[in-house]
Amino acid sequence: MSKLLIHGGRVIDPSQGLDGDFDLLIEDGAVAKIDGAIKKPKDAEAFDASGRVVSPGLIDIHVHLREPGQEYKETVRTGTMAAAAGGFTAVACMANTEPVNDNRSVTELILSEAARWGYARVHPIGAISKGLQGEELAEIGEMLRAGAVAVSDDGKPVMNAELMRRALLYAQHFGVAVIQHAEDLTLTGAGVMHEGEWSTKLGLPGIPGAAEDVMVARDIILAEDTAGRYHVAHLSTARSLDMCRRAKAQGLRVTCEVAPHHLILTDEEVAKSGFSTNTKMKPPLRSERDREALVNGLADGTVDCIASDHAPHHADEKDVQFNLAPFGILGLETTLSLCLDRLVRPGILSLPRLVELLSTGPARVLGLPGGTLKPGSPADVTVFHPGEKVTIRAAAFRSRSRNTPFDGWILHGHPVATFLAGRRVEV
Amino acid sequence: MTPAAPLRWTRKDLLGIAELSPAEIELVLDTADSFAEIGERPIKKVPTLRGKTVINLFFEASTRTRSSFEIAEKRLSADNINFSTSGSALEKGETLVDTALNLQAMAPDLVVIRHGHPGVPHMLASRIKAGVINAGDGAHEHPTQALLDAYTIRRHKGRIAGLKVAILGDIEHSRVVRSNIHLLRKLGAKVTVGGPRTLMPVAMETMGVEVAFSLDDAIRDADVIMMLRIQLERQGRMSFPSVREYFQLFGLTTERLKAAKDDVIIMHPGPMNRGVEISSELADGPYSVILEQVTHGVSVRMAVLYLLSGVHEETV
Repeated sequence: MSKLLIHGGRVIDPSQGLDGDFDLLIEDGAVAKIDGAIKKPKDAEAFDASGRVVSPGLIDIHVHLREPGQEYKETVRTGTMAAAAGGFTAVACMANTEPVNDNRSVTELILSEAARWGYARVHPIGAISKGLQGEELAEIGEMLRAGAVAVSDDGKPVMNAELMRRALLYAQHFGVAVIQHAEDLTLTGAGVMHEGEWSTKLGLPGIPGAAEDVMVARDIILAEDTAGRYHVAHLSTARSLDMCRRAKAQGLRVTCEVAPHHLILTDEEVAKSGFSTNTKMKPPLRSERDREALVNGLADGTVDCIASDHAPHHADEKDVQFNLAPFGILGLETTLSLCLDRLVRPGILSLPRLVELLSTGPARVLGLPGGTLKPGSPADVTVFHPGEKVTIRAAAFRSRSRNTPFDGWILHGHPVATFLAGRRVEV
Repeated sequence: MTPAAPLRWTRKDLLGIAELSPAEIELVLDTADSFAEIGERPIKKVPTLRGKTVINLFFEASTRTRSSFEIAEKRLSADNINFSTSGSALEKGETLVDTALNLQAMAPDLVVIRHGHPGVPHMLASRIKAGVINAGDGAHEHPTQALLDAYTIRRHKGRIAGLKVAILGDIEHSRVVRSNIHLLRKLGAKVTVGGPRTLMPVAMETMGVEVAFSLDDAIRDADVIMMLRIQLERQGRMSFPSVREYFQLFGLTTERLKAAKDDVIIMHPGPMNRGVEISSELADGPYSVILEQVTHGVSVRMAVLYLLSGVHEETV
């Protein structure tokens, strides 16, 4: 019987309203006890967490692991190593692989790769539509039976309203969320950045906030009519957030996530960085007004979780002119430090609220195990330093890619260790 | 009002007007003055850039701008070569970075680049040692056009400060308008932009201009009217129903011109669509300075080539 005592740290577990100096005893991969001062059993190993925070293992419900098909960008192995290095014990990966995760065999492949390496739990998200074509439903039941946890065509929106309505109905047989990449492509057109002051000045084609908003509005109407379970991926505008707030107040089963870059950067970054393609993602970096609204949404509870939209791309793909570069940036290895430095340090968010947004919150959104340190639950634990200075170094990332706008940033707070079912993850 | 002009040009590149100081702009215009006379000589050539290599790299079709640069280079005795390529052929093959590295390997002194995508000259400038001149990047900037426009205005009005300039037409797709707004505002002009709402960027007022949605409002009391070309090839996005209707709403005609000042000048960066944004009568009439712009373009580009080549420093 293996035992581990994580002692001396500040334990924060939003799932049981816990925040204080406690020791955490793990037995056989499960949380055995949390108490003020636990005497180390003779046969237990010890981990000194003094000056650190001990939280439920962090969960990122929006990542792209790129396997199968685009292993030159990322693999299940490197993506889960990046997760562990970033303090995450679980990730949910999107279906836009090659081939698309729209059937059981791809789901099983991802899960077997994840189990083979064991750096983090991987929860595949199945496609809504076959081949992400937005035309007919994928075999959702089969994928869920094989271990998928939700459905999404992420990377592409479900443009067809009738297909969306049916997905919201059908997913209820399995109790899973339908995750929408909310974007009306007819409004996006050739857009490559947020439509506003900076697209005007730079002469780059804009993506209006309305491209997201009209889709969220449509989907909330459909969620209401179907009583479906609807989740907005990488929500980026003030107006979409407002709509989610109202939908929740109305009692609809609507949730949303926000990505760290939308909480920290704005469209001005495209100009400030001199057209850096690491400022290009979808949804695009929005206006300062949107950014402020999202930050407020974290604090007031409208936002259910933070998810990174970790989107690896090869340097050769990003090292082209802005218009041609693929959308997306990495997130797993920067999220925790960015949130600690930019949200907790200035006093915008409490530390327990951040932990909730990164663990208990995402677990609740997708109904995943984890996000808690209640005795008996799997001992997925993250230990992080809440304020120590760290420099982001893309060259040292575990991810196979390097596409981050945060390279060289000096931040306060960083992950220290992750434990997966009580076992320390070494990366 | 502004501090004294710098005595020397210190920039490696000319990427846009946005980053220039008023003094730098005036330095270019003053330098252009001293080159203008060369174009009037029987032997239109000086040895200033002898031994310098200039590459003209045009990823987008251009007749006027490219010829203007070529003539300016030849009049300064630079060795120049032209690469013209349709964007699509290159986009499928060599990346821009590889193009830049290959260019660098040939050790040019200056590269003049036009590209359909904003930011490409900036990307090139960060990768090569040669000075880079932006000859138009998408709808972003076209600094030498704004400089030659300012030069032309200065010749006619004696100043820029205090003038009312109306810029009309397809604002959304125009790099000319963005560079001109930066320049004219830096030198103290008041700028009004006008055109159909469907061709007006959402946040135009953040550039410090007035926005008018009727031609008559836009040109009232204008000292200078700049017409922009309707880029018929870019109107796939439901911007206006027909050329006929466009001309009715936003075409510049003699009748409408009455709202402007009596000594108004009419400019156009070309190529013109006669009968679309401007009537032929006005294009060829006494208010038009359109061909003068072309003439001054050569002087202004000579000035830019000269300043960026660093020759003036070597001879100090």
